[in-house]
Amino acid sequence: MWRRVFALTVKEFLALLKDKKSRLVVFIPPLVQLLVFGYAATFDLKNIPFAVYNEDSGSASRELLSRFRGSGNFTEVATLRNEGEISPVINRQKALLVIHIGPEFNRNLLKGRTSPVQVIVDGRNSNTAMLAMNYARTIVNEFNRTWSERSGKPGPPAHLVTRAWFNPNLESRWFIVPGIVGLLTLVVTTLVTALSVAREREQGTFDQLLVTPIRPVEIIMGKTLPGFFIGIAEATIIILATVFWFDIPLRGSVLTLYTGIILFILSAIGIGLMISSLAVTQQQGLLGAFLFLVPAIILSGFTTPIANMPPFLQDLTLLNPLRYFMVILRGVFLEGAPFHRLINQFWPMAVIGMVNLTIAGWLFRHRLY
Amino acid sequence: MADLQLQGICKAGSGDAIITLLNVSKSFVTGKRTIQALDNLSARVQGCMITGLVGPDGSGKTTLMRLIAGLLEPDKGTVTALGRDATAESLLVQASIGYMPQRFGLYEDLSVSENLNLYADLQGVPGDARQDRFQELMHMTGLGPFVSRLAGRLSGGMKQKLGLACTLVRSPQLLLLDEPTVGVDPVSRRELWSIVSRLVREEGMSVLLSTSYLDEAENCTEVIMMFEGQILGQDRPAKFSSTMEGRTFTVSVPDMKGRILQKKLLLREDVTDAIVQGDRVRLVMRTQGNPDASALVPGAPDITLRPVQPRFEDAFISVLRQQRSARITDREADMKPGPSPGGNGGNVIEVKNLKRRFGDFYAVKGVTFSVERGEVFGLLGPNGAGKSTTFRILCGLLPPTEGMLSVAGHDLRRAPSAARAHIGYMSQKFSLYGNLSVRENLRFFISVYGFTGNAGQKKIQWALDQFELGDYAESTSNDLSLGHKQRLAMACSLMHEPDILFLDEHTSGVDPLARREFWHRINALAEQGVTVLVTTHFMEEADYCDRLAIMTAGEVLALGTPAEIKSGVRSAEIPEPTMEDAFISLIQTSARGERSS
Amino acid sequence: MNGKPGKSGPAESRRAGSRMRLTGLVRKEFIQILRDPSSIAIAFLMPVVLLFLFGYGVSLDAEHVPVGIVVANPDQDTSRFIGSFRQSRYFELVLLSTMPEAVEAMESGTIDAIIHLRQDFSKKLKTSGDAPMQVIVNGVDANTARILSGYIEGAWIRWLGHEAMAEGATLKIPVQMEHRVWFNSELRSRNYLVPGLIAIIMTLIGALLTAMVMAREWERGTMEALMVTPVARREIILGKLIPYFALGIGGMALSVLLAVFLFNVPLRGSVIVLFAASSLFLLTALGMGLLISILAKNQFVAGQAAIIVTFLPAFILSGFIFDINSMPAPIQVITHLIAARYFVAILQTIFLAGNVWSVIAWNALALVVMSTVFLGISRRKFRKRLE
Repeated sequence: MWRRVFALTVKEFLALLKDKKSRLVVFIPPLVQLLVFGYAATFDLKNIPFAVYNEDSGSASRELLSRFRGSGNFTEVATLRNEGEISPVINRQKALLVIHIGPEFNRNLLKGRTSPVQVIVDGRNSNTAMLAMNYARTIVNEFNRTWSERSGKPGPPAHLVTRAWFNPNLESRWFIVPGIVGLLTLVVTTLVTALSVAREREQGTFDQLLVTPIRPVEIIMGKTLPGFFIGIAEATIIILATVFWFDIPLRGSVLTLYTGIILFILSAIGIGLMISSLAVTQQQGLLGAFLFLVPAIILSGFTTPIANMPPFLQDLTLLNPLRYFMVILRGVFLEGAPFHRLINQFWPMAVIGMVNLTIAGWLFRHRLY
Repeated sequence: MADLQLQGICKAGSGDAIITLLNVSKSFVTGKRTIQALDNLSARVQGCMITGLVGPDGSGKTTLMRLIAGLLEPDKGTVTALGRDATAESLLVQASIGYMPQRFGLYEDLSVSENLNLYADLQGVPGDARQDRFQELMHMTGLGPFVSRLAGRLSGGMKQKLGLACTLVRSPQLLLLDEPTVGVDPVSRRELWSIVSRLVREEGMSVLLSTSYLDEAENCTEVIMMFEGQILGQDRPAKFSSTMEGRTFTVSVPDMKGRILQKKLLLREDVTDAIVQGDRVRLVMRTQGNPDASALVPGAPDITLRPVQPRFEDAFISVLRQQRSARITDREADMKPGPSPGGNGGNVIEVKNLKRRFGDFYAVKGVTFSVERGEVFGLLGPNGAGKSTTFRILCGLLPPTEGMLSVAGHDLRRAPSAARAHIGYMSQKFSLYGNLSVRENLRFFISVYGFTGNAGQKKIQWALDQFELGDYAESTSNDLSLGHKQRLAMACSLMHEPDILFLDEHTSGVDPLARREFWHRINALAEQGVTVLVTTHFMEEADYCDRLAIMTAGEVLALGTPAEIKSGVRSAEIPEPTMEDAFISLIQTSARGERSS
Repeated sequence: MNGKPGKSGPAESRRAGSRMRLTGLVRKEFIQILRDPSSIAIAFLMPVVLLFLFGYGVSLDAEHVPVGIVVANPDQDTSRFIGSFRQSRYFELVLLSTMPEAVEAMESGTIDAIIHLRQDFSKKLKTSGDAPMQVIVNGVDANTARILSGYIEGAWIRWLGHEAMAEGATLKIPVQMEHRVWFNSELRSRNYLVPGLIAIIMTLIGALLTAMVMAREWERGTMEALMVTPVARREIILGKLIPYFALGIGGMALSVLLAVFLFNVPLRGSVIVLFAASSLFLLTALGMGLLISILAKNQFVAGQAAIIVTFLPAFILSGFIFDINSMPAPIQVITHLIAARYFVAILQTIFLAGNVWSVIAWNALALVVMSTVFLGISRRKFRKRLE
């Protein structure tokens, strides 16, 4: 039995790696995507373009504005002279944010009265808008604190000390890049396996296989192993890049991480082979993989938290192996989560993998043509 | 009026060339190999008649067609069709020719009439003239009752006829047909031919047609024989056969199987060709003159030798044999690497009332037959007759809907996997791993059958020697020629010494020489006690079988030895029926029976 | 068309012939679309499914975030504090008694932030006026963490206001930031995700579908039969463009209807401008699809290439989710080559801001250039030859 599985595995590897196109599909897009995602997929805002409409000439307003300019997050793009200029600058997306300081600003401040600052935000992209507002609010709060200290006036009766654990500078790259390990491993293993049986069916080699003494279990194993090794290799490359190129801390144990990777790849292969055994042509296989991958990625918590979804979708994500793997990745990388805390993520993936592999094996022989 | 026009276009036999090729060369690059498809070829094709383009697979027939249709540019030389340069003025040439590629691009999800309308639009047939033309075409092709059926649901023969109709929507001056009868059953084949000859006769059309069926070459006015991108000869078919005068005979020896006689004959140096025809063998000698009958086969004094009319095929094989020195030697004696399991008689395959349903359509409706050990059994029938379905059920690839079957005592679908080690299977199309090398394919299949290490290596070496693949061991299978691919496929299905061999249309698309080679191997295997089950739509191949079943529409029409089947249709009109005659007559009888019931 | 004018026949009859060939091709394509469920599925089912998935599944709006509060010394002051946090719909408060307990809850993921009021909170609040409150957020999801700390800060300021009011004074903070959000005052992420999604759907219909159906003609041999007819290159290309253009506009209309009536996204600009811009983008996408299929000639490769070259970039680099201004400079340069980038900008503007001509005109111009380039290259690369 092992001889046959071994022969099949060797053949799969040869077939996959001898073909220039499939070699490219397996290795190049993932690396390009890693770089693009790693650099482009970020929610952190830099260079927020803002415009200033300052009706006040006092030093306080200048100080406040210089804090904006010096923060590193904001870039001033225009100075406005009247209220009518505000609307075009936002409409045309020249500035995301307009800071409007009224004429009484300095005087009020000096008198100890609260002086308002108006911030107008372009809400077309609500997330960017909200983040930009948060950045602005932080700057204003800082300003308030120094102002109170300097003027000796009592500040608010309590003050807020905020700290972020696991990711002290709140860099979204720390959140996104470990997720990419899961995303790309899923894409590659699913594509490799989803097309493997369909390709054999299309080329007629599957019939040739079925008339040999090989058993469905052996076919499953022979088809699983190459995807498994490629998945592991792919994941390892990306993990190395994550740690050494993107400088993201790996705080937990590598063993725990690889337990997760192995279970996750098994579940992904299970789904891939299941698609494969249902598809008659490679095109159907590709379409099937696509139909699985898009929702799986969206509903995994990769970019947006599952907690924000409506309840019925949250329930649906329980079927998605990537969901569990995301928790494991971020847990191990950033939180240093120990093995026992992740058990509830491990077993669902194992179940998903086993169920799918079993069904796929059954379908190999019983699927009606 | 029509006659006037006819004379305006061309005069048959006047020597006016409708196609002229001058020093044309064309090569393609596939993978690392460069294939010289056409090599400095010059030819003239005359109008108002059917010119046949004959040659083995890969001789450049399709490339030549595509050059004339302006679909390819020659590397060198000029191609002129209808007086215009086919490369520079391709749009104009295309406006007055009809071209039917080997796989005509029918839109399978369009109905018959929608396909016709599309091509009428593309060819600019005005709306009022269209209906008359369609009527005529439907009448001609017999597709009238199927106008609203989707093209994908038509049988192979009907598809070809529709393809022809689509190229004829605007009666072209020159019609190019690339292997129009491949995979078409004999009845449809005859119909296609009668349509084409009518077009030439009545509409004064010029036709250039390529074919790998050599009997069709005899229907052409003139034949161009091609080989490896060059022209070996161009003449009337009768001229070709006349060179074989006095070299062709049939031989028979009582109580000697045809294929054993054939093998003995082929071992002789002075024999060019010998093919089995039931219990007789058709013999082509190297030189003219009556051979000494008693000396032909040692130990067979009661041999009968009768001279017969030479055929085009004899000339073709004879010319090819001169080109390719490859001779059938006695290496087939060693076909099977190990000792044969022996055994004597007994049914190895048994099928009773086998049925298979797809949806509400029965592909196989109650088939019953049995095959003895060491027998070559043929399943014969047109496309869609249910041969392949029966085949797949026997191999365990499809479950039957109803009925009993046993292959070597097992139902392969439920049998333990070890039972499958006793069968070999070679499917219709090349089904090995294309991007693996020859050696890698062999190694994979032999290890799947459980031979590793030394034993495996030995088997691989045996296969490479036996099938003359040694030189290609490291080349990628996809880059092999069709003939070599078939050899590799056969090697893969034989290496593990199966007791039963399933061959599904393994010779379709293979040239006559390669086909002969395969049959020699099959015969040698049968000699050693291997049971062989083949499907084919080549009527002549039916003659090579010990017994056969003729199938149509999922039913067995006739079952027996080739001689029995042929004698069943003998009548006053056909005193010496060929297998094709038998087939057509059986099918027509069954169709009539259906209509009357 | 590489020939000189052929027959001396009048130009008019040649034009009529061309029209007949074109209508024939277009009719054929429509029949095929109607009979092939997968085209219909990509054009009409996919938009619905994707809109549902994104409309409901992708939300950056955190609500009811579980936040743990550890109060070392509960009294009236702390309960007022908790009360003011309870009012916010953003939090789901979890009361915990000790810090280790809170840390445990944070690590196991049951809460996303801890607010810690120390032993001396009440005392310092009254005496020194500098009572410390420690806030710890789980920073793994940086975006959510940042939004969450913004919410907490907001709730904190509100509490300060209440405290001041209770003492009969107004809150004395030097500068108060007042914000106004234009176009999307409730900051619903759906309002910008749904229009952006339309660009993705159009990319799919335009590029993926066209690439696959064109490659199918090569694979099935129908292209060879087409090529020997007098049909011109231009007619074959137009014969593909027209039906899939119509299909794309159909998918577009469906998506717009769903966006407006199901997801209640405001449509502030003009519908005509919206469709004009969509037509431009669709031409670009169709051009890309054609080009891919001409280069690939194989459904499988064409499908994969279409996903890698058009779909993924449209997703990540178009500004649909991720802000282009915040990307590193080299990647910002690359985004200029992504047609979806321009379309996303137009869509978000027309839906949320209205007809802002300066935005629409520039982006439309970019689309005109891109569609001309893609269609031009396709027409040049597409030969009536089999090589």
